[in-house]
Amino acid sequence: MKEELLKLEHLSIDYKVKGGYLSAVHDVNLSVNKGEIFAVVGESGCGKSTVAHSIMALLPGGNEHIEGKILFNGQDLRTLSKKDMEKIRGRHIGMIFQNPLDSLNPVYKTGSQVQEGILLDGIGKAEAWQKVIELYKDVKMPDAEERAHSFPHEMSGGMRQRVMIAMMLARNPALLIADEPTTALDVTIEAQILEIIKDLKKTYNTAIMLITHNFGLVAEVADRIAVMYAGEVIEYGDVFEIFHNAKHPYTRLLMKALPRKTQKEGRLQTIDGSVPRILDKKPGCRFANRCPYAMERCSLETPEETFAAETHMYRCFLAGQAGREA
Amino acid sequence: MMPGNPIDIMVDRKVPAEKRAEMAHELGYDRPMHEQYLSWAKDIVFEQDFGNSVRYKVPVWGLMMDRIPRSLMLCGWALFIEMLIALPIGLLCAIKKNSLFDRFTVNFTLILTAMPSFWLGALLIIIFAVKLKWFPISGYQSMKYFVLPVFALMASTLAGTLRLTRSEVLEVLNEKYVTTAYAKGLPDRTVKVKHVLRNALIMVSVQVFMSVPWLISGAVVTETIFGIPGMGNLLLNSIVVQDFPVVQAVLLLIAILTVVFNLISDIVIATLDPRIRIELSGGDK
Repeated sequence: MKEELLKLEHLSIDYKVKGGYLSAVHDVNLSVNKGEIFAVVGESGCGKSTVAHSIMALLPGGNEHIEGKILFNGQDLRTLSKKDMEKIRGRHIGMIFQNPLDSLNPVYKTGSQVQEGILLDGIGKAEAWQKVIELYKDVKMPDAEERAHSFPHEMSGGMRQRVMIAMMLARNPALLIADEPTTALDVTIEAQILEIIKDLKKTYNTAIMLITHNFGLVAEVADRIAVMYAGEVIEYGDVFEIFHNAKHPYTRLLMKALPRKTQKEGRLQTIDGSVPRILDKKPGCRFANRCPYAMERCSLETPEETFAAETHMYRCFLAGQAGREA
Repeated sequence: MMPGNPIDIMVDRKVPAEKRAEMAHELGYDRPMHEQYLSWAKDIVFEQDFGNSVRYKVPVWGLMMDRIPRSLMLCGWALFIEMLIALPIGLLCAIKKNSLFDRFTVNFTLILTAMPSFWLGALLIIIFAVKLKWFPISGYQSMKYFVLPVFALMASTLAGTLRLTRSEVLEVLNEKYVTTAYAKGLPDRTVKVKHVLRNALIMVSVQVFMSVPWLISGAVVTETIFGIPGMGNLLLNSIVVQDFPVVQAVLLLIAILTVVFNLISDIVIATLDPRIRIELSGGDK
């Protein structure tokens, strides 16, 4: 059994909106082990980023209501004071954001922005700067020494994302949360960034929580995955398990929606409709209104967590029988 | 152009018309407008001669030299105190957005702006000088005399700067790089000052430097109320008695200051924002 680094227990996040609460995340249970790549997959608006930001206690707005536990190394991060949380951020958990173009402060040199984090560990300025340049080399930044003196606007999107990775690895955290790190980048850069992330996982033995909507990317790098839909984890387990034996109709439809070389049809398969906004928590499967196999029971009862194997959980009444033949 | 005739001010009404015409000729007032203007401009550029005051019969430059330092002191202090109040309070308002403190400050400063400065000046004199006797009513002998005028002058622009700071900080707080700064593990105060305020400062300093000419024109009224013999006071008095050369010189000075402060504000933005520096230098390296 691998060591659990991060464990979310019954995590629910509601946003206060006009006329009630918007359920962004509902009853999420998952764990990330030391040194693994754990992927969270789902379409836009399904609560992936909300989960990620809640771990860092960086949810914007301040109108959220959180329940459940966020255990990091056995300690509930939600019980920590602001000051203690500051010590966790960057040092123990790092985070890379979706859009590298506006994630860096435009008025400081990128090198100083990376250095700023390192200095928090009480390292001398010159030494910290040396470390910045080493990190730049680690993330395969061309002309590392010169680029450390560049401002963000003088860099391309890929370079800025490298800076972000360098910045978040600078203090060697045990967990790195990557919130759609390649969404804003083109495919070639995406491949390079993924390579870097994989390499760094090996050298630094950092666990990575990779948040993405790209199933192809998951297949390439992840050890385990969680599929999220409308704020719930609907399937969760070992990456091979899920890819070969997906139980939830949503997971299967998502995988069918992947563009494939072998597919002869001209059109990509899609899932009709969009992720619903859940305003009132009533029983029922949240995917029921879009599910091609929905039964009457689906909109009346909430499917419980069911285990197909020790490492494979799903929430569906059909136990993977639906659409088998299709 | 101003109506009236400077000769009327210089001599008594009983002086005969021929004598007046002779004087006007001597001083060049009978020449065509453009000639008068050219000779005025030529004197300033080549001889640094602003002409003589019609009223005081002394060189204008000498009159101004006495008064410029007092006006600069008034405006300088007003600007300095304004920044000292607007920046931290604007930041605090943004952080505690919609709190009681925020709402009170925003509305109170709005009231300050809405007050005409001559009225506010009079009010300050009544309360703090006449009733409470904390400060002298008028004069310019020591720093104590400048407290009320500086406050009266600053009140008009304070609200603008404070609100701008507040809205800029609010905007920057939503920026992704602020989240990044937190994610790095920086303490709250460092993020607020080093990342948020630093970026909000770019727009705020532009506004402050652009407001300097405003401040100078505001000083005209303030100086008059508090009896500080500065440039504004000189300008107002000279307009009343139609002392053309002085009015021209003071307005010229205000125009020059406007241009200079525009330039300074451009330079300041360039130092604060590296993105603009690139634009100015015409490209990367």
